[in-house]
Amino acid sequence: MSSVQLKNIVKRFGAFTAVEKTSLTIPDGAFTTLLGPSGCGKTTTLRMIAGLLDPTEGEIVIGGKRVNDVPIHKRNLGLVFQNYALFPHKSVAENVAFGLRYRNVSRADIARRVQDALDLVQLPDVGARYPKALSGGQQQRIALARAIVIEPDVLLLDEPLSALDANLREDMRVELKRIQARIGVTTVFVTHDQSEALAMSDEIVVMSDGRVEQVGAPEDVYNTPASEFVARFLGASNILGGQCVSHGADGAVLEVPVFGQVAVPAAKSPHLTGPGPAKLVIRAEKLLLRAAAPIDGTLTAPAIVEAVDYQGQSVRYFVRAGDETFQAINMIDGRPFAQGAQVHLALRPQDCAALPG
Amino acid sequence: MGWAAIRAYTILVYLFMFLPVAVVVLLSFNQNQFGSFPMTGFSLRWFEALWNNDAVMRAFRTSIVLGLLTALISTTLGVLASLALVRYRVPGKNLITTILIAPILVPEVVLAVALLLFLNWLGIGKSFALLLAGHVIFTLPFVILVVQARLVSIRRDVEEAALSLGASPVQTFFSITLPLLMPAVAAGGLFAFTISFDDITGTLFWKPGGVETVPTQIFSMLRNSISPEINALGTVMIIMTVGLPLLGAAIARSLALKRGV
Repeated sequence: MSSVQLKNIVKRFGAFTAVEKTSLTIPDGAFTTLLGPSGCGKTTTLRMIAGLLDPTEGEIVIGGKRVNDVPIHKRNLGLVFQNYALFPHKSVAENVAFGLRYRNVSRADIARRVQDALDLVQLPDVGARYPKALSGGQQQRIALARAIVIEPDVLLLDEPLSALDANLREDMRVELKRIQARIGVTTVFVTHDQSEALAMSDEIVVMSDGRVEQVGAPEDVYNTPASEFVARFLGASNILGGQCVSHGADGAVLEVPVFGQVAVPAAKSPHLTGPGPAKLVIRAEKLLLRAAAPIDGTLTAPAIVEAVDYQGQSVRYFVRAGDETFQAINMIDGRPFAQGAQVHLALRPQDCAALPG
Repeated sequence: MGWAAIRAYTILVYLFMFLPVAVVVLLSFNQNQFGSFPMTGFSLRWFEALWNNDAVMRAFRTSIVLGLLTALISTTLGVLASLALVRYRVPGKNLITTILIAPILVPEVVLAVALLLFLNWLGIGKSFALLLAGHVIFTLPFVILVVQARLVSIRRDVEEAALSLGASPVQTFFSITLPLLMPAVAAGGLFAFTISFDDITGTLFWKPGGVETVPTQIFSMLRNSISPEINALGTVMIIMTVGLPLLGAAIARSLALKRGV
């Protein structure tokens, strides 16, 4: 097990900069996710840690050792790919045993460790089969077994769940997290799927355009986004432009359209430094629709339902209040509001977050 | 009516193409000295005569050695060239590919004369090595075309997975890339062997004095007489050039079935 440190890493492809000066510490034994849209540099970063790409500038340190000049096959990493990348001409057992053959492990030990790895991924009986005979989910479990059987210092997962279908993906998510927690290996997971990132990670690194936007625990990144990009990328958010009219130790007061003055607690506005232009971030699931105006001191505004997107246990509404359109995701009991209905928005100020404008 | 006509026409075309071959094969088993129908009886005497004909056997050995060496060198060069062109960023990649494939496009006589003149200019005489070089030049494009097509379909991440597991680049090539490439390498090698084994145009230009391959041997035998031995030799050649690829395909298929690919 080892921590991974990136020190002022830059990666350019010709004139294109894929990763801009990035420094990052991935703690020992943690499950860290690089999250971002395609082209944000997350896969490039992973491939530099793996040794499949050389950084243009900067240092990569694994377990306290600079590895810039260590080729991939000497880095002792486990790598799992989106498309499994199993060896089609080798049986499952041979696939899993592959890495051990280069590690001075006796034949008896290889057989035992292969079986242990297959047990761990809950596929104990498929050793004699060939990859083609397995389903996508099974193939990905074998790919995981093959990567962890060598007891890697760091486990690198490049969108490992993206090729699986939705139900399987959620099962594999739980499974992957269980296995990672059990062996405690430092893990770097690359995904563009925010729900995967939120569900699995100890720490999320949100990336955009080759830059790190925010690093933090899933709850922190979700509840207290550091930038508008993070607020929009993770979950559904409404962002209102306004002014910070007062700022102090107990929080900030923002003047925004529709809701007027909103008092945001300090914990939800850590990036705000003083009065001036500011943005209010309202999570879609924190904005509630009511038939009658609330009387308990929450913020409220009259609104009209413009569109209804029924999703079973919840509904996504698009509502218009004043000149603004809001997205609201509400759990429902009973019937959802109909299109065109007159409703009242209800919002607790402590559920909002504030960003510098 | 339309389909029947097309069907009949097709059959006629095939008859025109393959009947002479069939006649040669049939007559090679004829007992009689003179090739005429009806055949007078079944006999392997012409094959036996071949076996005892030193010149033919020498030509046969030459052809086999030449074919095997051509296949070996062509596939080795072809695999290396394909790897470079597909897996690495080589400046002038398209130009190199075109030049490597060009021998297919240039008429063989032109190629043959050109190589001969070139070596003459360099002051190098005809030799078995020259003959071999000519055959390699001529068969290399086929190997490259087949191997490149296969290499493109081998995902890079499979090789990356092997590297990440601790195999060096060379170990990765021999344990992952080459086995996955094997069907194409085998097909390319068979191509090279059969093309070399069959070739007469280039061979006539390039062969040193006194060296005969099977096709040039048949050619020179025909100049003297039409012997039934030639039929037998033709049959042997057909078996080699048709049978080998079929055998190769059968082996490849059974291997593939075993793996459930």
